[in-house]
Amino acid sequence: MNHIALLMENQPGALSRVIGLFSQRGYNIDSLSVAPTQDETLSRLTMTIAEEGADINQILKQLYKLVDVVMVQNLSEADALTLELAIIKLNKTKADVDGLLKNYEFEREILDEKDNYTVFKVLGDTQEIENLLSELKKEEFLEVTRSGTLGMTKGNESLATNDQTKISYD
Amino acid sequence: MAKVMTSGGEALIRALADENVDIIFGYPGGAALHIYDAIYQQDRVQHILVRHEQAATHAADGFARATGKPGVCLVTSGPGATNAITGIATAYMDSIPLVVISGQVPNHLIGTDAFQETDMMGISRPIVKHSFLVQKPEEIPVIVKKAFHIATSGRPGPVVIDVPKNLTDPNEKFEYKFPSDLYLRSFALYDEAENSDVKKAVKLLTESERPVIYAGGGAINSNAAEEIYEFGKLMGCPVTNTLMGLGVYPASDEQFVGMLGMHGTYEANMVMHEADLIMAIGARFDDRITNNPNKFGLKAKKIHIDSDPSSIDKIIDVDIAMTGNAKKVISQINKELKAMNFDNKKFGSWMKKAMQWRAEHGLNHSMLDQKNPGDIILPQQVIQSAYKATDGKAFVTSDVGQHQMFAAQYYHFNEPRKWINSGGLGTMGFGLPAAMGVKFAFPDETVACITGEGSIQMCIQELSTCGQYGLPIKIINLNNRALGMVKQWQDMQYGGRYSSISYEDSLPDFIKLAESYGHVGMKVEKLSELEAAMEECFALKDKLVFLDVYVDPDEHVYPMLKAGGDMSEMFLSKTEKTFE
Ligand SMILES: Cc1ncc(C[n+]2csc(CCOP(=O)(O)OP(=O)(O)O)c2C)c(N)n1
Ligand SMILES: [Mg+2]
Repeated sequence: MNHIALLMENQPGALSRVIGLFSQRGYNIDSLSVAPTQDETLSRLTMTIAEEGADINQILKQLYKLVDVVMVQNLSEADALTLELAIIKLNKTKADVDGLLKNYEFEREILDEKDNYTVFKVLGDTQEIENLLSELKKEEFLEVTRSGTLGMTKGNESLATNDQTKISYD
Repeated sequence: MAKVMTSGGEALIRALADENVDIIFGYPGGAALHIYDAIYQQDRVQHILVRHEQAATHAADGFARATGKPGVCLVTSGPGATNAITGIATAYMDSIPLVVISGQVPNHLIGTDAFQETDMMGISRPIVKHSFLVQKPEEIPVIVKKAFHIATSGRPGPVVIDVPKNLTDPNEKFEYKFPSDLYLRSFALYDEAENSDVKKAVKLLTESERPVIYAGGGAINSNAAEEIYEFGKLMGCPVTNTLMGLGVYPASDEQFVGMLGMHGTYEANMVMHEADLIMAIGARFDDRITNNPNKFGLKAKKIHIDSDPSSIDKIIDVDIAMTGNAKKVISQINKELKAMNFDNKKFGSWMKKAMQWRAEHGLNHSMLDQKNPGDIILPQQVIQSAYKATDGKAFVTSDVGQHQMFAAQYYHFNEPRKWINSGGLGTMGFGLPAAMGVKFAFPDETVACITGEGSIQMCIQELSTCGQYGLPIKIINLNNRALGMVKQWQDMQYGGRYSSISYEDSLPDFIKLAESYGHVGMKVEKLSELEAAMEECFALKDKLVFLDVYVDPDEHVYPMLKAGGDMSEMFLSKTEKTFE
């Protein structure tokens, strides 16, 4: 499992160039989340690639070569935080849901409920969410949607946004 | 300064002129008509009308390879854009700077399956260095400037600018401003190498016993020929060039062991196999070079200089990697070697060994092996004859197949940018349009296209363009009446089952064909007539000559590396090989 963090220009076409490098090699992207950063001209992505034997270093170099990509980092090789949000809808009462979740650590909240269904969110480690989902397979499942993993390194360093390079012609 | 008001179409052409472009290759159509109208109303940029958009891209590509400047082409949307794709991919694979401008349907029609709409950004995405979809006409000059910068810097490559028709509307004017500076975020370029790496490299080089310099297309792109020559002389060791690198080190120099790889010389491949140090300069350990990468260079330490970090450790792991501009990095190394007064005498016996390999199984070996061919012309002899007739000074473009390999082996290039061929993609049809681009760049130089009767038919329509613009290119057609390279593989690997490689009865009469376009056609079938015909062909300075040479249809290209083997495992002729 590789989590890749990437900063890129917030522009049409940029994302498809990034994704193309994976699909070209036949690698599946297991999860992807993307949104603008505090600088709205930049988007930040977190991608998860589960592919065994994927040549991640080669892809990282190719990603960095893309004109739209500003910075790339393999979070799996750093001391990083990863987090995922899932919204789950079950054919269960709130009380049943509370019971199902009692062995799990993560943050949760009931968002909507009636006698015959409950919608709730959980926020936690991707692996923990996977564990919950596989346990819930036994239950009457209505829907699930996941944010994909979000990641960031610990400590006070950041995925640097290189300043604009000025290229003069005189 | 007075304000200059332009339409988007005018701004586009004006920006090209401000980028010092004086020639573009293209083909008009609906979505590009506003741009064509802007071309008509100015005279700074000349437009060359080709007969197929693939030829526009190859011509721009040939221009770029010969001059080192970016080539530019202009096509319309839909079929114009898709026809350009093969040429863009060809340039991409060989890292050639191109700027390809494609018309697009008007913004309000994008995504509606409008007439002649194709998602050019989408279909070209994997074969461009970068692409732009113009959103506002005012940004055209900046986009043009960025496109040229991206296409030409670092590892060069093609850049597409897709321009929706409404943004070139002649009635909508805005102020034209050509930028003097550019801002690109995180556009990493590598220049000189770290001094500590240079020192380490020099240590390996000078401590080695059997070094080889292996230089490729990247060395040509960075104009490093002079520095590499000096480096070669400082080292006094064997030098080999890839198919893309031919000419970057002079072929007539005594240290040059020829091309390496799939159809490389025996001595070059042996040197690579036996070397204890491989110095790669702007070469990317392509699979046509290394043969089986697991058996490649096992006795050697490796140093790799490349402008593209993603080329390093991609196929072959190296001991010292220097990301940088080959010209600059080699000068850094040369400086160190000179400062230490390096004595290269110790490589003398290694150099001798290389010459011994050449004496044993050098290039003419496979030809000499032929049992008296009588008056039959061997394809190699055609190249030797062309070399002689041109004094080795011509620009030579080629297509893909046996003729290409014979040209690479037997036309000895002494300068970079003279050998122009599609090495990476291997595009049949490249040769003639590429020759047009070269001829436009160097009207006073001799330009020959060495081709095969299969390849030439893929862009034969350009004989018409050559007529229109009076381009006296010499087309040397090695006519073996078959898709020779495919036939060779079928001979060697498919028990001689010739599946779909022949068309002898339906070949056109190339002489009449050339004549019908207003050119000169000549046919040669006997060896005894070859030299005179070749002399005459090149003596006709103002005419395009189509020299149709009937060559031995059964000849194979040798040496040839054994599939899956190491670099010492070669077929040397139909009856000899170096392995069991
Ligand atoms: C566009 C394209 N299609 C197919 C091929 C595969 N191919 C490589 S060499 C070759 C035969 C070329 O025949 P010809 O031009 O007559 O050259 P010869 O090998 O006979 O010298 C073919 C079909 C290719 N390289 N390019
Ligand atoms: Mg042929």
